[in-house]
Amino acid sequence: MIIDNNKATKKAVEQVNAVVIRFVGDSGDGMQLTGTQFTDTSAMFGNDVATFPNYPSEIRAPQGSLYGVSGFQVHIGSVEISTPGDDLDLLVAMNPAGLKTNLASVKAGHTVIVDTDSFTKKNLQKAEYETNPLEDGSLDNYRVIEVAMTSLTRESLKDLGLDNKSIVRSKNMFALGMVYWMYGRDMNHTLDFFKKKFKFKPIIAEANSKVIKAGYYYSETLELIPNSYAIAPSTMPKGIYRIVNGNTATAWGFLAAAEKSGLELFLGSYPITPATDILHELVKHKHFGVKAFQAEDEIAGITSTIGAAFAGDLAITTTSGPGLALKGEAIGLAMMTELPMVIVNVQRGGPSTGMPTKTEQSDLLQAMYGRNGESPVIVIAASTPANCFDYAYEASRLALEHMTPVILLTDGYIANGSEPWKIKSIKDMQKITTKVVDLNADDASPFDRDHETLARNWAIPGTPGLEHRVGGLEKDELSGNVSMDASNHEQMVNVRAEKVKRVANNIPEITPEYQKEGDLLVVGWGGTYGSLHSAVRGLNDEDFKVGHAHFNYINPLPKNTEDVFSKYKKIVVCELNKGQFAQVLRSQFNEVEFIQYNKVMGLPFSVTDLMAKFKNIIKED
Amino acid sequence: MEDTAVKKYTFKDFSSDQEVRWCPGCDDYVILRSMQKALPEMGVNKEDVVFISGIGCSSRFPYYIDSYGMHGIHGRAAAISSGVKLANPNLSVWMATGDGDSLAIGGNHFIHVLRRNLDINIVLFNNEIYGLTKGQFSPTSLIGQKTKSSPFGNTQPPFQPGELALGARARFFARLGGNSPKQMMKLFVEAEKFKGTSLIEILQNCVIFNDGCFTKYTDKAVKEDKQIYLEHGKPMVFGKNKDKGIVLKGLNLEVVTIGEEGITEQDLLVHDAKCEDNTLHQMLVKMEYPLATGIIRSFEEDTFEEREQMLTEEVKKNSKFSKVDDLFFSGETYEVK
Repeated sequence: MIIDNNKATKKAVEQVNAVVIRFVGDSGDGMQLTGTQFTDTSAMFGNDVATFPNYPSEIRAPQGSLYGVSGFQVHIGSVEISTPGDDLDLLVAMNPAGLKTNLASVKAGHTVIVDTDSFTKKNLQKAEYETNPLEDGSLDNYRVIEVAMTSLTRESLKDLGLDNKSIVRSKNMFALGMVYWMYGRDMNHTLDFFKKKFKFKPIIAEANSKVIKAGYYYSETLELIPNSYAIAPSTMPKGIYRIVNGNTATAWGFLAAAEKSGLELFLGSYPITPATDILHELVKHKHFGVKAFQAEDEIAGITSTIGAAFAGDLAITTTSGPGLALKGEAIGLAMMTELPMVIVNVQRGGPSTGMPTKTEQSDLLQAMYGRNGESPVIVIAASTPANCFDYAYEASRLALEHMTPVILLTDGYIANGSEPWKIKSIKDMQKITTKVVDLNADDASPFDRDHETLARNWAIPGTPGLEHRVGGLEKDELSGNVSMDASNHEQMVNVRAEKVKRVANNIPEITPEYQKEGDLLVVGWGGTYGSLHSAVRGLNDEDFKVGHAHFNYINPLPKNTEDVFSKYKKIVVCELNKGQFAQVLRSQFNEVEFIQYNKVMGLPFSVTDLMAKFKNIIKED
Repeated sequence: MEDTAVKKYTFKDFSSDQEVRWCPGCDDYVILRSMQKALPEMGVNKEDVVFISGIGCSSRFPYYIDSYGMHGIHGRAAAISSGVKLANPNLSVWMATGDGDSLAIGGNHFIHVLRRNLDINIVLFNNEIYGLTKGQFSPTSLIGQKTKSSPFGNTQPPFQPGELALGARARFFARLGGNSPKQMMKLFVEAEKFKGTSLIEILQNCVIFNDGCFTKYTDKAVKEDKQIYLEHGKPMVFGKNKDKGIVLKGLNLEVVTIGEEGITEQDLLVHDAKCEDNTLHQMLVKMEYPLATGIIRSFEEDTFEEREQMLTEEVKKNSKFSKVDDLFFSGETYEVK
């Protein structure tokens, strides 16, 4: 094909700050790959990015069905990008089902690209369309670009001698080529990617390269696309970056904590959506000595972790809501034996099996209180895909320094979402001081406590002279022997509670963003950071006096929490549940009035909705 | 443990300062004392010994052994032990458990630890009853057995622990009456020597809730006639007068008398505990007369942790990453200037 650079320049180029694009198709159409390629290319160009995949819980749902639609949303900008975005500037729909289930998200007047070849009678029926939306005027409010992608793909590959299935499979690259052209992206990153990925299948690499170029040049010459868009690089802090999703970042945070603390990493885990990718990631790293153990069930996942913690590893277990419920008794044992470990709960839509592939924040109270007896543990939450790295590291640090289990909450939204991560070197990470017993110290007994933190010593099997027994039974405060003494029990309950409380001395204070005082404080925790941050930024742009306090440390809370609350006229606690953090806050600050804003739809907050809600709260008396 | 010399111990070195609190007359005392005597014979330093238990009378065991130990939660000892062993394969890991702990609430972990074949030693105290909760039927209680939760007789058919274990691919299975301390001590030492998961079922009399449940096999007066103590490579002979033996007839084991119908010792089965095929071991564990005791199966192969360690070494050798920074800065990175 002859490249005619002059043609492109004939089109209008519109400058935009940010766009939201969603690729949708059948679960087998390669939408995740298409989206990931566009994201990586944009990030390397210098844009800030945030992504969110949305796929069905069925592995391969029937072709063309409404529930089998798989999507990948990406938000790119020359400005700071905090969420994958609400409404779409561009929808790429590979079939009628994808169009039907996603059209409502497209901003009026914005662009929809469809593969007309897929709008067959059969596919329209499967998508429950009575008439063809391309013909019945139902798309009049959008700028629709109709392209016979399948035929064009077939045409461009006719000389390669590929089978029909492989040909049709490449059509997602035609779509990607079109979008690359529309946003002025360079194809080289993706062309290199094909070369590497299909090193041993050069014909497939060639086919994909041909199709993406075909899509690109087709757009260039096509009169149907009125203009292309330019999004300048954003002004992110200098440094080396990579795109990470939350689950990978979580896994890497643990790798970093193990190396920094000088311990070996043990993972005991049972597969569960959406946490399994942490297991998938950690099993790859045997070269770092990671011991990743796929157990027979959730309970074995955590109890093997308890065993590994007893034996001296940095021990973690990963799960999602239903798994956390199964682990409850064992978390009590970990707390009672005062062993360091991290329990990761990648929250999903509940209750029961609920909505496994959707996001929610409804396990907070389970994490706080879901055990028998008085059994406080440290609870912290990551709030963006990239800072899952920091909080996995922090969870490990706190567990090891305070000798108690830590529950780390993330959620499906940040676990599967991705964004640029400014890579951290191990040398820049905070020091971790373990409680591994120093045999030369005076207080080398396994049951002696640090006077400041109340953390007990960690005497690891294999250490001569410190043989001791731990267990779930109440123990004597000094000797560690089993004790059913009434006042000792109360004392031990108090010690364990105080130990967790004093963690507040080892965590940062909370600093609200935007206004340090004002009319409204927006309070959130965990994975809603991006949406709340965007909404509060929007309000401040409109001169509202709004601050945003986002909590990563839930139990204990930062020491200055009440002080921060006192600086605002109103406080609204926003959560993807029915008000669990609000309940926790009320139990600790009963003088403070907390307004709630809750959503339980398995979806993240919409920034537009948040802004409207906040304005109303400010206006109300 | 490597090349450092192992210290010399006596049973006292493995006796903790805790007062033992089982009921007077309980077989658990025999098991404890046999273990404390066996441990010095194992060539293991006491700081490398770890006892893990679940919940039940038997699970108090770790408190009484002066080594590292954890009294866990009900049914989970096998999973806790697995974590300990995977974290540090140099440790000698022991698990004390009961028929309720391992065959009911912990059944899943029990079969999977046997399947995986970690090098840990499991002592299963089988008393066919729940003792600590005061007398309910267990998964090994017999049909018709009257207990507090089956006042008109138990209607749930029991597990045969050996049958279940072999079904779960146990590589080492031994069985013994709770009143045979000398043999027990020997079995514990053998179990430690064995590379892989060792399961020792002790027929343990509960004097309070199920007294005499194994008397028909274990009573001194009948023991030699009703049990056969199997030894690898030796013919299957039993009886006070050593005149009974076992032969294979068709697909069944049969008891014969040496000297009758022309039977000589040459006709008897020779015990092969080490063969990979467990068909005969299955028949032996199910045999009711005589009751097979001793080491019924002892087949060594690679353990789970060995496979893991070998694979880890292999991956390390071929990896381009030695520090996490190598990983973090590898692949698709880009610079913002």
